[in-house]
Amino acid sequence: MIPGDPVSIALGPRATPEIQAAYAAKMHLDKPLIYQFLIFMGNVLQGDLGADVFSDRSVTTTMAEQLPFTVTLAVSAIGWAALVGIPLGCLSALKPNTWLDRFTGVLSVGTIAIPSFLVSIWAILLFSVTLRWMPVIGAGESGNILDQVHHLILPAFAVGLGWVGYLARMVRASMLEVMGENYIRSARAFGLRSRTIIFRYALKVAILPTITLIGIGFGSLLSGAVFAEIIFSRPGIGKLIYDMVLSRNFPVIQGAVLVTVGLYVFVTLIADLVVSWLDPRVRDSL
Amino acid sequence: MSEIASNKALESAKKDQDIKGHMSESREKLSLFLNNRLGMFGLMLVVLFFVSAIFAPYFATHDPFLMDIPQRMSGPTLEHWAGTDQLGRDTYSRVIYGGRVALKVAAIGVSISLFVGLLLGMLAGYGPRWLDNFLLLIFDSIRSFPTIVLALAAVALLGPSLELVLAVVIVTSIPGYARLARTSTLALKNTEFILAERSLGAHPAIIMWRHIMPNVIGPLLILAAMDVPVVVTIEAGLSFLGLGVLPPTASWGTILNEGYLVIRDTPWPIIAGGIPLVLTTLGFTFLGEALRDVFDPRLRKGK
Repeated sequence: MIPGDPVSIALGPRATPEIQAAYAAKMHLDKPLIYQFLIFMGNVLQGDLGADVFSDRSVTTTMAEQLPFTVTLAVSAIGWAALVGIPLGCLSALKPNTWLDRFTGVLSVGTIAIPSFLVSIWAILLFSVTLRWMPVIGAGESGNILDQVHHLILPAFAVGLGWVGYLARMVRASMLEVMGENYIRSARAFGLRSRTIIFRYALKVAILPTITLIGIGFGSLLSGAVFAEIIFSRPGIGKLIYDMVLSRNFPVIQGAVLVTVGLYVFVTLIADLVVSWLDPRVRDSL
Repeated sequence: MSEIASNKALESAKKDQDIKGHMSESREKLSLFLNNRLGMFGLMLVVLFFVSAIFAPYFATHDPFLMDIPQRMSGPTLEHWAGTDQLGRDTYSRVIYGGRVALKVAAIGVSISLFVGLLLGMLAGYGPRWLDNFLLLIFDSIRSFPTIVLALAAVALLGPSLELVLAVVIVTSIPGYARLARTSTLALKNTEFILAERSLGAHPAIIMWRHIMPNVIGPLLILAAMDVPVVVTIEAGLSFLGLGVLPPTASWGTILNEGYLVIRDTPWPIIAGGIPLVLTTLGFTFLGEALRDVFDPRLRKGK
């Protein structure tokens, strides 16, 4: 464990054994692991994630700065994917075996088959290097909204692309199922307009599995965001963890991983709550 | 005497019929599979993945490590089918050899996580309640880490290596298999033939291995086929970030990593390094879906 020893990383090769021992005592590194863990958890509960080894900056502050970038990227990626994927899946379920349905089928498989980091690389190659339409790195000037949006387009495209196909497939399958239900037939028999049936009755139910899926898939969404942040040199949790791994800044890594996992659990919980709010069957079974 | 003989004849005829019935069922499945065009296309890609990796020296046109600086970063030519990289190495040959790393990670990673997941899943489903809860807690904790974040944390502690990539792959895929095995085991647990086994006093290990396992493993094998591209992508992604397989080893990730650094000079390494990833994903996805359609009649009817 010599190359990764937290004390020698923090103090450098020229620290005397006395300084090293004092530092280890200050960081509780001389105590048993379980004791270190309990101290860490106690601090976390008080909102203290520790301090950067090199700059002594509070990790909590760094997290508060970086988190909005990652959340913006994740939300805009899933947002555009939902705006395109859900209508596509819906339309192809209403008109099965047409050219649109086949197009959606090919598109879904195609977009799912390209890993998001490959989409990022190929998108940079096409739009930034060859066509020169898009900037490659950074998140744009702070305060300049247009510039920030311009910098957001490619990463959001790359992270969201796989989700377009995924959502389209999911919505198509559940929409097909719902359209065959008895209550839809009853609604038809009552002479309701098909637009009313689709939007007020069918889609409302067919969308539920999709919400759960987004909740569960948020982890892979975050993974995609991590790659995009690193490839596009965009600030955010992913880029932060990557940089800190390279410099072995353990407290920051610890804090960032904890925040990421917390975010994932939080989103899954929200998705479950939304589903149970929308679906009385789930609500009653709780 | 003749009565017994005719009885025997009847019995053997019945047996024949049974065997025939069984045969025709498996033949039906085979023809279903053969008629699934996407499935056959997937199978072709999967075979290509295996064959090109195993027989890499026969497919490659150059030594993947041989540098040819005067010819660096050339486009596709008759000599270099996919161009050369920043050191003049033949990109096509490097891609072929990169398949070996992908195959190694996929084969070892998927088989170990399939085996361990199967075992833990059956234990969780068949074992006592507290063990079930405990294992579920562990599976859920693992699942709450985005794979790449877990991998980054592991690399921070242990440094990048192929073994670490494998470990990350195995740890993150076990819960998927285990949950699937657990659900089917729970459904089987109270069926009559298992109850009969238990009342006859069979050892739980025997029941699990001889009677539950064969009924549980099918869906897991299909999941394994679908899991291969996930595993290959994790390896390529980590190696692309410089946290997995390290250069000069040729892997699809390291080819992309080195190509990305010279993206303004030549697009070919990035294009050539990415295509096998897409083809592998397509192949295993189509194959997995075709297998699922064939072996899960409920889904077939739903279509």
